[in-house]
Amino acid sequence: MNLRKLHGVHVPHRKNTADMAPVRMPVPATVTIPMSMHIGAPAAPAVKAGDSVKVGQLIANAGGFVSSPVYASVSGKVKKIDDMLMSTGRSMKAVTVESDGEQTPFEGLRPPEVADLKSFLDAVRDSGVVGLGGAGFPTAVKLSVKDLSQIEAVIINGAECEPYVTSDTRTMLDDADWIAKGIGLLQKYLKAKRVIIGIEANKPQCVKAMEDMAKTMTGVEVMALPPVYPQGGEKVLIYHTTGRIVPEGKLPIDAGAVVINCTTLAAIAKYIETGMPLVEKVVTVDGSAVREPKNVIAPIGASMQSLFDFCGGFKADPKKVLYGGPMMGIAVPNTEFPVMKNTNAILALAEKDAILPEPTACIRCGSCVDACPLNLMPAAIEAAYNKRNVDKLRALHANLCMECGCCSFVCPAKRMLVQTNKLAKGLIAADNAAKKAEAERKAKEAGEKEKKEAVAK
Amino acid sequence: MNELTVSVSPHLRSGRTTQKIMLDVLIALSPALIASVVIFGWRCLLLTGVSAAMCVLCEFVWEKLMKQPVTVSDLSAVVTGVLLAFNVPSTMPVWELLVGDVVAIICVKMLFGGIGCNFVNPALVGRVVMFFSFTADMTNFPAPAGTIDALSSATPLALIRAGSIGWSEFGQIFIGVHGGVLGETCAAALILGGVYLCARRVIKPIIPLAYVGSCVLFSWIFGSFQPVIAAFSGGLLLGAIFMATDYVTSPTTNLGKLIFGLGCGLLTAMMRTFASSAGAVTFSILLMNLVVPYINDLTAPKPFGGVETK
Repeated sequence: MNLRKLHGVHVPHRKNTADMAPVRMPVPATVTIPMSMHIGAPAAPAVKAGDSVKVGQLIANAGGFVSSPVYASVSGKVKKIDDMLMSTGRSMKAVTVESDGEQTPFEGLRPPEVADLKSFLDAVRDSGVVGLGGAGFPTAVKLSVKDLSQIEAVIINGAECEPYVTSDTRTMLDDADWIAKGIGLLQKYLKAKRVIIGIEANKPQCVKAMEDMAKTMTGVEVMALPPVYPQGGEKVLIYHTTGRIVPEGKLPIDAGAVVINCTTLAAIAKYIETGMPLVEKVVTVDGSAVREPKNVIAPIGASMQSLFDFCGGFKADPKKVLYGGPMMGIAVPNTEFPVMKNTNAILALAEKDAILPEPTACIRCGSCVDACPLNLMPAAIEAAYNKRNVDKLRALHANLCMECGCCSFVCPAKRMLVQTNKLAKGLIAADNAAKKAEAERKAKEAGEKEKKEAVAK
Repeated sequence: MNELTVSVSPHLRSGRTTQKIMLDVLIALSPALIASVVIFGWRCLLLTGVSAAMCVLCEFVWEKLMKQPVTVSDLSAVVTGVLLAFNVPSTMPVWELLVGDVVAIICVKMLFGGIGCNFVNPALVGRVVMFFSFTADMTNFPAPAGTIDALSSATPLALIRAGSIGWSEFGQIFIGVHGGVLGETCAAALILGGVYLCARRVIKPIIPLAYVGSCVLFSWIFGSFQPVIAAFSGGLLLGAIFMATDYVTSPTTNLGKLIFGLGCGLLTAMMRTFASSAGAVTFSILLMNLVVPYINDLTAPKPFGGVETK
């Protein structure tokens, strides 16, 4: 165990829904399922308008290795396949299904045959499961470790450090059996010798549930970690559980670790045992504008509005609506956006929580440096970005930033440090691309020159 | 459907603001102000009030003239004004103090870009200008009001150097009943303010502790007389707690703060031992202010998992 803890901030927890077991919402009239609910290539639609689909039926194939298939979350008719605006600002194909309200499961659903590592990874891929903690990285890709002996520890992420969000909490409390089965699969097929479940110590009920589960297994340990945001950040969690550091530009496996979110693991286990792929999510619905905060079991593709309606509507005018928690969540312009695979919470904030503070001059208090878990200097990065000094930004390792939000959270001058760091990353990427294009152009010119000279000779 | 705000995360901010930080500094300075009124009389309140008002006025007028957004509500000018007043004797003519205010706010703060941009502490430069312009008034230390139990009006530092006081007078030095500028004499009030600032996490205790500790240590090494008592007299505590900890002109990292504190302590001990004791703290902090960018460069934190590319 390491002695030094990484920096971070104490955020208000506001886990109002921690004691609320998830409740199933009524089937919405339509669901809109985007083809990109993961990092990587969008899925390719496998149905057309007018087709009948049933729950769990494939509606889109994975669009590449780093991609994930998509399944129908309701039974009914495909109404249309068209472009929708995503929260990222890009437009994306989406399949809209009109529900018949029956929720008939697809007849073709069978538990996959899993016998070895390859068939296990195929099953993970077919499950449609991606990083459900929010990142949305295809889990099959994450688990495709070339050399299994590299894996020193598999870390189950139950930190759930974002305020409000309690969907992982509920998984640990309600689905411990599924987590146990998932751990069994990892032990069997990934040869995981050491399994660590990392949970913030402010969730003693989860720590207890997982400890009770771990008692019945071998090689599983539960670590209660200090409740300092961003405990659930991958690099932070690896360091605090194993003391290993993930080098810049490398993956967790380079530090001997595989990190998997507890809800993700449970979803994989469910698919392998029942054959039902990922078609619904437990979503925490909360925020100062929501009348009755709840944990809702929602079909993927259900509109945010339908979830808010199920939670009694709004008690105050919502002024900001988010996918995810308030520290890293994404604000959306309206409530028609759908629940996606990686949606763990949707929040509606009333005016008092939505006011954007006016940034004032940096007073160089150093709070951002003290808060950054990765030891970056956000204020210096901001200054370098303002001068468009790409070399300086590289020297300050702006690309390491995981955009956890600690710096902006603590800044007394309310500077938009995360936003600036995102822009800084973009500037570095643009500069890299320009340099690459320049090098290619020069190489091409040199080649042409050589050709001409050869012809002249 | 009403309009939704779309902004980049995080959507949650802490309650800390520049204004609240400055307000905390003012609260921390208030015990010393009360002590000064008790020790030197009501004129202290007048000087402090006028100085703070002048600093705010300077900033306001400058920003209006330059068509910049007015930032006086962040209270930083008030802090500068109070600190400047704390650096003059209670008998100081008001107009001379106003000169110091103008220098501090206009020349040091606003000309370099306002809050966060000054490279030395405005209040200290204001003090230096007053010190050299009005040396007689700046060093005319009045005896405390109702001087029954007070030490003579010479400052304790001068008396220590003369070898005429020792531990028996420590109590009076600690509560501040002796000659000096108005904010520096009451060690008890200054320490109380420092503890408040640390408890409120406005400052870290590194700089004050390193500064005072190393000053005592180096004074002792240099063979200075009564180094411990000297630490509680003169401007050392006021400087170490309220001036050297100014965010803008002190290093960012803990190691940097330590180096800065040690440097201040060494310089102060050298000046107090080998040169004149007057202004030792002021000049030490100002000199160290100048090397802060270098300290920051040398002590920059190593990014977690960072790989050097070159």
